[in-house]
Amino acid sequence: MNVSMTVNGRSVSADVEPRTLLVHLIRENLNLTGTHVGCETGYCGACTVHLDGKPVKSCTMLAAQAEGATIMTIEGLANNGELHPVQEGFWERHGLQCGFCTPGMIMSAAALLQANNNPSEEEIRHGIEGNLCRCTGYHNIVRAVEYAGAKMRGEEPAAPDWEEVS
Amino acid sequence: MATTSVMGGSVRRREDPALIQGYGEYVDDLTRTGLLHVAFLRSTVARAKITRLDTSAAKGMPGVIAVYTHEDVAHLGPLLAQVPIGKLRPLLAAGEVNHVGEAVAMVVAETRYQAQDALDGIEVDYDILPAVIDLKKAASDETKVHDELESNVIHTWTYHGYWEALGLEDQTPQVDAAMERDDAVVVSLEMTNQRLIPVAIEPRSVLAEYNPGYSCFTVHSSTQVPHALGGALATTFGMKSTEVRVIAPEVGGGFGSKLNVYNDEILVAFAAKELGRPVKWTKTRREAAGSTIHGRGWVGTATLVGTKDGQFLGYKLDAIADMGAYSQNFTVAIPLLGLWIASGQYKMPISWTVACVVTNTMTTDAYRGAGRPEAIYYLERIIDAYAREIGMDPFEVRKKNFWQADEFPATMGCGFSLDSGNYAAAVDKLIEVSDYAGMRQRQEKARAEGRLVGIGVGSYVEVCGFGPAVLAEIGFSWANYGLPASFNGSGLVRVNPDATATVVIGTGPTGQGHETTWAQIVGDGLGIPVEDIRVLHGDTREHPMGIGTFGSRSVSVDGTATFEATKKVREKAAKIAAHLLEAAAEDVVFEDGAAHIAGSPEKSVTWKAIAKSAYQAHTSPEDVDSGLEAHTSFSPGNATWPFGTHMAMVEVDPDTGDVEILEYHTVDDCGNVISPMIVNGQVHGGIAQGIGQAMFEDAIYDAEGNMLTGSLLDYPLPTAADLPSFDLHRTVTPSPINPMGVKGIGEAGTIGAAHTMVNAVVDAVAPLGVKHIDMPLRPKRVWEAMQEARA
Repeated sequence: MNVSMTVNGRSVSADVEPRTLLVHLIRENLNLTGTHVGCETGYCGACTVHLDGKPVKSCTMLAAQAEGATIMTIEGLANNGELHPVQEGFWERHGLQCGFCTPGMIMSAAALLQANNNPSEEEIRHGIEGNLCRCTGYHNIVRAVEYAGAKMRGEEPAAPDWEEVS
Repeated sequence: MATTSVMGGSVRRREDPALIQGYGEYVDDLTRTGLLHVAFLRSTVARAKITRLDTSAAKGMPGVIAVYTHEDVAHLGPLLAQVPIGKLRPLLAAGEVNHVGEAVAMVVAETRYQAQDALDGIEVDYDILPAVIDLKKAASDETKVHDELESNVIHTWTYHGYWEALGLEDQTPQVDAAMERDDAVVVSLEMTNQRLIPVAIEPRSVLAEYNPGYSCFTVHSSTQVPHALGGALATTFGMKSTEVRVIAPEVGGGFGSKLNVYNDEILVAFAAKELGRPVKWTKTRREAAGSTIHGRGWVGTATLVGTKDGQFLGYKLDAIADMGAYSQNFTVAIPLLGLWIASGQYKMPISWTVACVVTNTMTTDAYRGAGRPEAIYYLERIIDAYAREIGMDPFEVRKKNFWQADEFPATMGCGFSLDSGNYAAAVDKLIEVSDYAGMRQRQEKARAEGRLVGIGVGSYVEVCGFGPAVLAEIGFSWANYGLPASFNGSGLVRVNPDATATVVIGTGPTGQGHETTWAQIVGDGLGIPVEDIRVLHGDTREHPMGIGTFGSRSVSVDGTATFEATKKVREKAAKIAAHLLEAAAEDVVFEDGAAHIAGSPEKSVTWKAIAKSAYQAHTSPEDVDSGLEAHTSFSPGNATWPFGTHMAMVEVDPDTGDVEILEYHTVDDCGNVISPMIVNGQVHGGIAQGIGQAMFEDAIYDAEGNMLTGSLLDYPLPTAADLPSFDLHRTVTPSPINPMGVKGIGEAGTIGAAHTMVNAVVDAVAPLGVKHIDMPLRPKRVWEAMQEARA
């Protein structure tokens, strides 16, 4: 069957088997491999993309269900080479280690801050609990989202909390 | 913004721009023209004879190119293992299966979906045999897992007898005698350190290509040990090392689960060679749960004997460790890592026995900490129980028995020497930074209000960055994979003609930021900006030698090799600079990207000029060879022994058993620190995995050997909402084992956290009379313990 949608601002269409998952369309037909598959069951969130502005787990959706939708993947988040504040926050506050969960985590955090750019730590933690990270213990991910929130509010982010070597 | 200084500074990671924009390249992201896809048929039963295996229908299904079974690959032998005690894994099931998830047949098809579909076309009849799952029953040999083995107990580690050549003293009589003393307080607990699934978020993936024209393999794999995989492929297929190229691109987490060489890596390469087309396989999460190595899986009884005033007199552990059905890489050797730190930070006689037992389950091997979290858990839990018994503060009892700062290097009963330490100083700092006195007051207040608030303390010492080289004699190397019998580090530093530097290292990151840390080491040594340094890793064609990433060894061993190579390059550059400046090499000083004569900074020569000269014979000194590079290997004279103490404050809901973590403080000591940012990140992640074991994770097989926790719904990892922010601090006690004075930090957090959490929860419910709860401390289990105590 043929499916058509807008991905990262570009109109795309592809001939796929009806059972094709959205994440496979994104990765294999569109070659946007930043969206990852970690569990195929929707628990880990590595496959998170924005569909019509809302975060969805693209491994538990069929490509056909996204017909006509507007999708943004991690590759579409930076604006003309300028990092999104959440991407900047992850870099500045060491919010990633192996980087595999990172695209999904960033997409969820970006959606969270779009709805509320001044979340409490608890709101951040609940906002990203659908995305699993095995490397960071989430500590620096929370700091990264706080950094991004401050940037989006036009405020100076808090200093890093690691103890520098004296 | 993070600082941009080099050694000791938190440089923003060089690897991040690609990863945060979705441009990181993991194995499953790669594709090839004519790519074929693999799916494995895996056993659905734990123990059975295969009476019929019919692949004919599958072979006729759409898109199917080949279906392979044991007969097709029997000539390649079983999967190689470094410690081949027990039964080795056949590449595909050889007439019998021994655990759920064992690979029975391999389908190769045009598409991933077609390969999966064809699994339904394979018919297998199993003659089911009784499964051996329970560890104690397995150890009793009531039913044997493998007929050809004498016993299910395939090895037993004892403290004094693990390496006969060392002639170590058996301290068991001392411990037994202490128990007979009139003033002895003896505390004993039977505890489980449950089996875990490592769960790197990236499932393992392999892409193999074989070019018959060049007789060469190119294999991309999500592995921590590309050289070991290359060696295993060369050995298995009878090829030269120059004919096998293994590449580990971005690796999405490892934690030990990608430290094994796996049968699927060999099988995918086999298919690529047979079919003359590139072949890829990416594991599904459910597959991974049953066929990527597991960790831990111990039951045992710990006993501590001491005086009424808190002096330890001896410690005894009697445990059984689950090996699973087949021995892979280091399987049987994992408890040995625990043995080396069995006495923790304390000076006392030890009696320690761990029996290695086979069962009809997936193989266990190194999962973050590997033997060390298990050993420290038993020790630190029983110390906690002892302190409670004699009514002594948990910090005080520990400090009373620590090795003292002036006793290092301190030789333990296992023969190893603790390289350096100041254990009491770390505890004193923790007491101060956490406001321990205030925490106890808040706990008292909460208890007075009827709330169940607990404070748990846990110390640890770790052994990592393994050395000396003589360990190869007891199997610590990759010699069975065709690599040298050592765990030496390797580093190559090359200054290019444009004054950039290329660094080639024998270890690679699975998230630890090697590209940044190594750029800092070299940048600091040469005065070349970090952004002009490219760190290459994970490609066996580029690297002279590589042992890989495991055992928290990268910086202290391979980092040291790079540090030494940097010094050699600098010495050579000084000769060239001296020639250009018409001065003596020993007078040359490097500063701000240039060299000048000491005391005369006005007359200098830039790195660009030095680098260019190095590659043109007519401008370099006569006695200096062309080029500007050095390759150095480093053989550590001892392991490094990081340490620390953690503390958690928790509140238990008296009605539901739900545990909330209120505070988590640590003081860790990994010697000198290259990047505080990266070191803290390692500790954060380590703590989260330790808390994961303490609170949530449990790999469960039922009595028939069915894997009950094959999805992330049944095997809950900690989420962001489950964890607090962590309050990290450090002391710095440099290691004398390497010139940078560094120790490992990758596993420390995990080794410190699990017992700290259990100690905290037990402290919370101790007023009810609870003495111990086995992990994971999910609400039901805590609630049941409280109910039992109340009854």
